[in-house]
Amino acid sequence: MSTLIFERSRPGRCSAQLAPAELACPGIPEALLRQAPPPLPEASELDVVRHYTALSQKNFSIDTQFYPLGSCTMKYNPRAANALAMLPEFLARHPLAPAATGQGVLACLYELQEILCDVSGMAGVSLAPMAGAQGEFAGVAMIRAWHRSRGDHARTEIIVPDAAHGTNPATATMCGYAVREVPTDRSGNVDLDRLRAAVGPQTAGLMLTNPSTLGVFEQRILDIRDIVHAAGGLLYYDGANLNAIVGQVKPGAMGFDVIHVNLHKTFSTPHGGGGPGAGPVGVAERLLPFLPVPIVLRRERPGAAPAYVLAGESERPHSIGRLSAFMGNVGVLLRAYVYARMLGREGMGRVAQFATLNANYLMVELRNAGFELAYPARRASHEFIVTLKRLKDQTGVSAMDFAKRLLDKGVHAPTTYFPLLVPECLLIEPTETESKETLDAFVAAMKAVLEEARTNPELVKSAPHTMPVRRLDDVKAARDLDVAWKT
Amino acid sequence: MEVAQDLRYARTHEWARLEADGSVTVGITDHAQELLGDLVFVETPQVGRRFAQGQECGVVESVKAASDIYAPVSGEVIAVNEELAASPEKINQDAYAAWIFRITPADPGELSALMDAAAYAGMIDAGQG
Amino acid sequence: MLDAIGVPGIDDLFDEIPATLKDVQLPRVPAGAREMEITRLMQARAAQDGRWSSFIGAGAYEHYVPAAVWQIVTRGEFYSAYTPYQAEASQGTLQLLYEYQSMIAGLTGLDAANASLYDGASALAEAVLMAVRLHKSSRRVLLPASLHPHYAATVRTIVSSQGVELVTLPWCPQRGTLALQALDGLDDHGAAALVIAQPNALGALEDVHALTDWAHAHGMLAIALVNPVALALLAPPGQWGARGADIAVGEGQPLGVPLSAGGPYFGFMTCRGAHVRQMPGRIAGRTVDATGAPGFTLTLQAREQHIRRSKATSNICTNQGLVVAAATVHMALLGPAGLQRVARASHAGLQRLIALLRPLGVRPRFAAPCFHETVLDLGVPVQPVLDAMRERGILGGLHLAPWSGELHEALLVCVTETKTEADLDDYVQAMSAALAHARHPA
Repeated sequence: MSTLIFERSRPGRCSAQLAPAELACPGIPEALLRQAPPPLPEASELDVVRHYTALSQKNFSIDTQFYPLGSCTMKYNPRAANALAMLPEFLARHPLAPAATGQGVLACLYELQEILCDVSGMAGVSLAPMAGAQGEFAGVAMIRAWHRSRGDHARTEIIVPDAAHGTNPATATMCGYAVREVPTDRSGNVDLDRLRAAVGPQTAGLMLTNPSTLGVFEQRILDIRDIVHAAGGLLYYDGANLNAIVGQVKPGAMGFDVIHVNLHKTFSTPHGGGGPGAGPVGVAERLLPFLPVPIVLRRERPGAAPAYVLAGESERPHSIGRLSAFMGNVGVLLRAYVYARMLGREGMGRVAQFATLNANYLMVELRNAGFELAYPARRASHEFIVTLKRLKDQTGVSAMDFAKRLLDKGVHAPTTYFPLLVPECLLIEPTETESKETLDAFVAAMKAVLEEARTNPELVKSAPHTMPVRRLDDVKAARDLDVAWKT
Repeated sequence: MEVAQDLRYARTHEWARLEADGSVTVGITDHAQELLGDLVFVETPQVGRRFAQGQECGVVESVKAASDIYAPVSGEVIAVNEELAASPEKINQDAYAAWIFRITPADPGELSALMDAAAYAGMIDAGQG
Repeated sequence: MLDAIGVPGIDDLFDEIPATLKDVQLPRVPAGAREMEITRLMQARAAQDGRWSSFIGAGAYEHYVPAAVWQIVTRGEFYSAYTPYQAEASQGTLQLLYEYQSMIAGLTGLDAANASLYDGASALAEAVLMAVRLHKSSRRVLLPASLHPHYAATVRTIVSSQGVELVTLPWCPQRGTLALQALDGLDDHGAAALVIAQPNALGALEDVHALTDWAHAHGMLAIALVNPVALALLAPPGQWGARGADIAVGEGQPLGVPLSAGGPYFGFMTCRGAHVRQMPGRIAGRTVDATGAPGFTLTLQAREQHIRRSKATSNICTNQGLVVAAATVHMALLGPAGLQRVARASHAGLQRLIALLRPLGVRPRFAAPCFHETVLDLGVPVQPVLDAMRERGILGGLHLAPWSGELHEALLVCVTETKTEADLDDYVQAMSAALAHARHPA
């Protein structure tokens, strides 16, 4: 039952842990005060603990289920990273407390900047963006600032491949650019002829994910670089799929001028049911002045330990500016720092190796089990696409139905209907933290659902059957909008 | 999929009908509503606003997609179908009855240059829609 | 596994990558550390930063967080879950988001809420863009100069490339609030919205009713920027003026989220029901399943980037899920009485501190009433006083010199319910000693 916390509320009930009673507010005029207490639930601590513990048990999570969710890199989040980011001194630190009282946390952040510079092959990094999409915003804003700093105001377009994440075109729009799409060829690469035709003096830059959202490495990346740079545009690397190449190939070497890294993917900070993430940005030399603030600087001091300081707008006058009130998602950055230190330089490359091994193994096993691959002639990167178009034509079972039935098998569904290019697709990313046994169990679950789809399609079309709820009515949710409880 | 015979069609899947008073009524085609699925919201243009042919003038939204409505002919919007605010599903039920807005055309030639039913059906069959 | 794939070694799986690109050297990444080693390092760094008795507010506020909050939130089922796109396997997160939306809508007195944005400053930027979309005919937005300068800077960064013009309105030098007469003196170009901060960054409480009515009378939307703990006491934006504010945003950190050096926090956003389709970000909604039983799902997704792409309301993808979970549990634990007690105790603490400081010749700069934060004039240079207080383990407040020339010798001080009478006495003693030294150097 989905009883709301409000429905558990009883007048006067409360937790014992209340602040001291203060009755009056002598300094505040009556007109500015609230007439009635805020409509929050009244519950005991036990009521609350039991309610939210019960809710948590209605979730799938990495800690409880396999999550082969393509483009999301749902790898295990080491518990040490959480415990060490939540040390009491770090939690208690006020963001505007003097830098002298925060040399420990600033040292961690500075070293994380260094690690990300190295891994990305970039000249400088800012940790300020609070999520991948904000990193994209910062990146494109820097591209804009760079063109303007050279007096070039004619560049009005950002090019994105048709397979791109939705955040790419949405970001370009937020930065004041028109979006031009370039198509993908049959093998999953950007269509170079169409790209050549698309670039020109109006091109501010190209946003690219590599390996792409189609689960393949863009083989002609150096040609793409040359085409875009020759037209005077810059190259933006969407780090969504960095997990596939971390420690193997640096985006800087591919010719990218700007990159964002999703720490909640490659650096294993938790997804937390939708956030918080962190999306640091790295840039090549020529874009350094434009990095968003604050940035952690290290100042050497003769005869003393180095001092770490936060540099803001006044020290960095060409910066695109601030993206948040303070310093980005520090708690997330600390988790990523701990994870990166535990991996170390020798562990980084293993991440990409095992992520790629797992994906290619799973791809082959699923092909052998009768699934149709979207790009059968290609190597998988850290993910790959299965298309259920033929199954749907034969049985009426859609990718969505298939995904819902997998939930009944105790597996989180792969990403469905993305990328939009491939009909009835499942985008599958096992990550490096899963064992062969888990992958084999997933293949068995996929085979079982495939068999059910052929023998008993209604069972699959009406899935899930074992979740806390049956399939939800999205149309009603949008038509009869109910987004807040009312008494 | 149904293509009504007596209407004109834009490549962007709007239908247009010339009324006796010279105004043009606009909706989206049955094919368009089929592609979108169950509609949950229709954003209609403001009465009194002027649009050029091909300009975005509204949005139809389902749970999985949102699509712009483009003015099939230039002109000034003189009426919108208020019913759709509460009942967007009327477009799913009968796309040719559930009109979206009415426009006073600036150039009657634009209407006759739109596709007829046969041409529109041909475009869809050719997979260009 | 390699045999199944049919390759001799792992490196062969990278054979589609041009060989010239391969680079496995990472000279700036340290060698791997075992968990025990990194634990020692992090504990040492945390100890180096130490613990302080802090009276700094300025947009991030220390409040007591019951132990139950983060124990529940760091359960793996919340901590390691993905965005609830597969609704049937995410009912826990979705119901929690719906409850959060209900609580924050109730607190702000408005109809609808999203599932959160990144932080208060970026939420204000999104509110500005939302107001411009709703208004349709003006791209001008009025911001008070008494807005937190980091908020103003964030808004500038985010809206600047979309042709939005930001106009800054001065504060009244006596009261520290927006001067209505200054508003009436504005040229007649009109604007899409007025931002009203309650309290503002100087700690002063604005006449929100008059400001909201003024905005509406001039055809603008009223955007409320509010502190959620203060709202336990103060009139909710939905009841400001005759019609109420149109959009409310703010920093959610005071609701159960540790200061954590600046984040992760969350930005909340609520609005009138009629504006919900222009609201950015995820929204959870209540619906029914195939059997008619109630359940929860993400809704109105066609506004968002993954469907609407270049025409989305925003590029935002994240909500601060885990942090919002903490705020929800926190609000449920405190309840209306608990949150009001926190607010009252904070307010009373500041009043007490002001009274204790008066005999030292330290006075509030502005005459307007305040909630739990205010600007003090020390009568001597601020920085040496703060440095001396720090020697005693006290962070005495925020020196406002970087904010404004006008406030270059002013101190922004905040008291919350976490400060006992003994803490306040320590503060007064430390300041007294520092002032004595500043006035009569030995």
